Amino acid sequence: MITLTNVLLLAALLFCISVAGIFLNRKNILILLMCIELMLLSVNMNFIAFSHFLGDIHGQIFVFFILTVAAAEAAIGLAILIVMFRNRDTINVESLDSMKG
Amino acid sequence: MSEHMENIYLAIVLSPLIGSIIAGLFGKLIGRSGAHWVTIIGVAVASILSMFVYKHHMFDGAPDYNAAVYTWLSSGGINFEVGFLIDPLSVTMMVVVTFVSWMIHIYTIGYMHDDPGYQRFFSYISLFTFAMLMLVMSNNFMQLFFGWEAVGLVSYLLIGFWYKKDTAIFANLKAFLVNRVGDFGFLLGIAAVLMYFNSLDYFEVFAQAEGLADTTIVIFGDHAWSLMTVICICLFIGAMGKSAQVPLHVWLPDSMEGPTPISALIHAATMVTAGIFMVSRMSPLFELSETALSFILIIGSITALFMGFLGLVQNDIKRVVAYSTLSQLGYMTVALGASAYAAAMFHLVTHAFFKALLFLAAGSVIIIMHHEQDMRKMGGLYKKMPITWITCFVGSIALIGFPGTSGFFSKDAIIEAVHHSQIFGSTFAYYAVLSGVFITALYSFRLFFMTFHGEERMDKETWMHLHEAPAVVTVPLSVLAIPSLILGAFLIGPMLFGDYFGNTIYVAEKHNVLHEIGSHYEGIMLFTLYAFKHPPVYLAFAGIFVAWLCYIKFPDWPGLIVSRIKWIHCILEKKYGFDEFNQKVFAGGTRCLGRMLWKYGDISIIDGIFVNGTARSVGIISSVIRHIQSGYLYHYAFAIILGLLVLIAVFVHGVLN
Amino acid sequence: MSISNEILLALPELSLLSMACLVLVVDAFSKDPDHRITYWLTQISLAIVFLLVFTSIPDEPRLAFHNSFIDDAMSSVLKCFICAITIIVFLYSYEYLKENKLMKGEYFVLGLFAVLGMMIMSSAYSLLSIYLGLELMSLSMYAMVAMNRKSAAASEAAMKYFILGALASGMLLYGISMIYGLTSSIQFTEIAAISMTSVENSRFLVFGMIFMIIGIAFKLGAAPFHMWVPDVYQGAPTSVTLFISTAPKLAAFAMAIRILVDGLFPLVADWQSILMVLAVLSMAIGNIVAISQTNIKRMLAYSTIAHVGYLFLGLIAGTINGFAGSMFYIISYALMSMGTFGMIILLGRYEFEAKNLEDFKGLSGRSPWFAFIMMCLMFSMAGVPPFLGFWSKWFVLKELVASGYFALAAVSVVFSIIGAYYYLRIVKLMYFDKPDKMTAIKATKQMRAVLTANGLLILVLGLLPNSLMQICLTALAH
Repeated sequence: MITLTNVLLLAALLFCISVAGIFLNRKNILILLMCIELMLLSVNMNFIAFSHFLGDIHGQIFVFFILTVAAAEAAIGLAILIVMFRNRDTINVESLDSMKG
Repeated sequence: MSEHMENIYLAIVLSPLIGSIIAGLFGKLIGRSGAHWVTIIGVAVASILSMFVYKHHMFDGAPDYNAAVYTWLSSGGINFEVGFLIDPLSVTMMVVVTFVSWMIHIYTIGYMHDDPGYQRFFSYISLFTFAMLMLVMSNNFMQLFFGWEAVGLVSYLLIGFWYKKDTAIFANLKAFLVNRVGDFGFLLGIAAVLMYFNSLDYFEVFAQAEGLADTTIVIFGDHAWSLMTVICICLFIGAMGKSAQVPLHVWLPDSMEGPTPISALIHAATMVTAGIFMVSRMSPLFELSETALSFILIIGSITALFMGFLGLVQNDIKRVVAYSTLSQLGYMTVALGASAYAAAMFHLVTHAFFKALLFLAAGSVIIIMHHEQDMRKMGGLYKKMPITWITCFVGSIALIGFPGTSGFFSKDAIIEAVHHSQIFGSTFAYYAVLSGVFITALYSFRLFFMTFHGEERMDKETWMHLHEAPAVVTVPLSVLAIPSLILGAFLIGPMLFGDYFGNTIYVAEKHNVLHEIGSHYEGIMLFTLYAFKHPPVYLAFAGIFVAWLCYIKFPDWPGLIVSRIKWIHCILEKKYGFDEFNQKVFAGGTRCLGRMLWKYGDISIIDGIFVNGTARSVGIISSVIRHIQSGYLYHYAFAIILGLLVLIAVFVHGVLN
Repeated sequence: MSISNEILLALPELSLLSMACLVLVVDAFSKDPDHRITYWLTQISLAIVFLLVFTSIPDEPRLAFHNSFIDDAMSSVLKCFICAITIIVFLYSYEYLKENKLMKGEYFVLGLFAVLGMMIMSSAYSLLSIYLGLELMSLSMYAMVAMNRKSAAASEAAMKYFILGALASGMLLYGISMIYGLTSSIQFTEIAAISMTSVENSRFLVFGMIFMIIGIAFKLGAAPFHMWVPDVYQGAPTSVTLFISTAPKLAAFAMAIRILVDGLFPLVADWQSILMVLAVLSMAIGNIVAISQTNIKRMLAYSTIAHVGYLFLGLIAGTINGFAGSMFYIISYALMSMGTFGMIILLGRYEFEAKNLEDFKGLSGRSPWFAFIMMCLMFSMAGVPPFLGFWSKWFVLKELVASGYFALAAVSVVFSIIGAYYYLRIVKLMYFDKPDKMTAIKATKQMRAVLTANGLLILVLGLLPNSLMQICLTALAH
């Protein structure tokens, strides 16, 4: 039997992986975008689990909205990525350091 | 109706302000005539509306108005408000202020005709009118203080109006510094009011005053002071600064460095009487402290007498008038000290008119003489300037209290009031004001004779070109001459002995000298006749006679007299040495102290260790911390995650507890 | 409430949405290189929305759409300010975009959508609507930052903003999911009611709340979630920086009030202490690091961070007056920031931005009037009386002291003294240093007029602070 705790732990694990991905990855910005997607999915997991175990529909509605927003977010993210690539010919995370201090 | 009235009050206050802002900020755009039109219209609106309010209030019997229009700030249960108190006292002041100001606006067109700072000047005097109205219409101490400081500010600006003249800048600084001393006392007084009454509203304070009459406070040492005495003396120190009472009078003669219209408006008719107004307004407080009243009485009588003496030796036409202003302010202060607040206000009103008139007449002479102010270079002007001559004569007889003129009623009332007063110092005050009458007549007619009569002492060239001043000058002169002559007769009955002021002015039963005089009062005719039984009238005549002897009949007498009593003349020339004393002891001493503190305290300790030391270390910290912002995205993300983990650790797991 | 009434409540939002779509379509067909029609349509739609909100400020809060949308005094006041500020921001922006050859119709369309997001945030009464409003606003702004496609700095700034923003909203969402799981509701009144009673779950509630506070703090730019602020302020086109630093702050404030006060007030003690940590960090980092900046936009970014710290002080006070003080603070901050960035735009020309502090040298010689306006703005930012900025600090500190946080108040005063240094340095540069070159200021009349009005507003409101304070107090009265 899968309990609520199991699902929550899985979601938390996914969340941690995605967060770790964001600050451990120093090379490719595309991976950052993937991490962000993963993070949103882990949150979705949380919502669905709660929705299921509480017998409340709101969580599932929320998930639909998150999915939509995630799609929009990805679109904007990729657009910015393209602009950046045109300007610098690279999508290396470490090259994003012209402004600091 | 009362809502309309509130709008009218606002219009009275704001129309000069708007005029001032337009003339000040857009002066170049609207040009010279634009500037004087806009300000004159502003003040005219204020003046006419003030007269309307006066009628509404004094003749139609509208009730007193007391309300806040805007709450500026509320803090710690105390409301700081902008509010109006419209009662007989304030409407009287409003009419006087706006009317005199209006006349002076018109006069300025002629006086400042060729001045490059024309627009600036109009902007300032309208601003002054606004500030003065805020002061007199206030219903609370905060707004009073605002008006008090604002009129002071404009006064400094105007004394230093010709900012390229060294003497003007010096006078400006002097006025500023001396007024700071007074304002310090004033502020302490207000602070004490706030501390003990926990309110800044006049009526709330007055209502509690009786209850706190016997409170004593310990300032330092063991001696307990009566709270009321402390508050009243502090407030009066403010009045001493603004109304130029000894020893804080030194700035007023020097303020004559400003243009003459200002001397008339600010340093004679209105601003300097703010102190008198303020004490009358606070009569419910002052009545509770006999000590403070005695203090006021003595300071006032010293000013009235000794400043009059100084008028005798001055040769600058404006300075003579300035010293006479000081002396007249002394009279008003004496009246306050004798609890004859109504008499003080009465003298304030009549004085505003005839002193403005005298200043404007002096100014008229000055412009025609091409800014020559030395009376030794004048004489015989009555042939060339008949209107100025006649109006100046009216002003002078009003000033000396010639029977029937405005000044006669007000001054006689003050002398009578002091005569009846029982409080400590009143005998001295009585003799001081009595001899003051003789002195006043002497210096006034000395001025009058030296300027308008006797031989023509200017050079031929100047004499040929002399002519009467233009209409913008003579019209205000004539308009001011009328109230100088007759206003007193109308006002004396209601103002002194009637219920003109209603409940506005409170006088304790035992101090009520005016009531005592009023019991004998049977109309102005009898009052005038009755005066002939008393010395003042004869003293005034004697003054005129001596002046005539010395300056017309035997013009070499003054020189002879001076050579006999050289030392007295010397003291008078040096103005009792107040200036030297201040210069040496206060200015020199504080400069010396300041230099020492600067050298040892400021440079080595404060600057060296604290200011620069701290600044340096903050700068170093700053240049180190900025490296946290490395520019790398993963460091930024790491900071967020670190923040998250720390917050969770502390607030969820309670690491710290 | 019938559905038509509910739609009426959201009329401003709906009309803004349709106007934004209209502007988008019109712009696609307009051939004008200056995009005048787009610009004016945008301004008109904002003005209409402003009027719609302004004429229907409700006395009593009204709920709609299954209680996930609220129309109350606070939301209306904030919406009014958001619209008014955006109108002026677009006015400044129009000049800037034209001058720098960046004019694109999308700027205004994206701006309108961002404003829609802010309005939804102000009126949101459930976690879902707040999230949607936030994302609508943020996504539009990511794109706006990247608007200048030729600038490497702009795209770098956009990327950083995007990644960190997505991370922050992921955290916000995670927090939302936790709160939802614990209270089985996403509506604020229900959350408040349930979290009041569920004492055994309070630790978990705090856990979820921390994630949500990070979302709020990120949007406002509070330390240590502030790292994006300097880079984005510096890299983005000045008109976008101007936009980011003004209206969105009001929306973020609304979000903070809705989540923390309307939703999670039972946990007030916890969030007060969390905010205290953030406030002190923000004031310290913002004020100290600003000192060593030479780029004015970056310096202002750090000053924003510091100001957010002061904003939190009012929330920490935990009383209605404190919240009103915070609202006063954020509104006055938006007004000051608008003027300051407007001034930077005014001084800039094509391919030359007044980006360094040095560019303000001797401004009093070049233009005494604008030097005076800038001085008003800087004094106000530094909190010198009688300018508006003094009162905003005064009100929050007063409430803070009234609630008994003396030490925190003292600390914040010390930091504001440190902060005064870098503002006054600009005044010093303007008045006491000689300019490098005496170039005349090139700007249109309306830009000058609005900037003048902006500066004088700071002074006038500073002289009459109570009028704005009364508005804030009534807005938060319920």
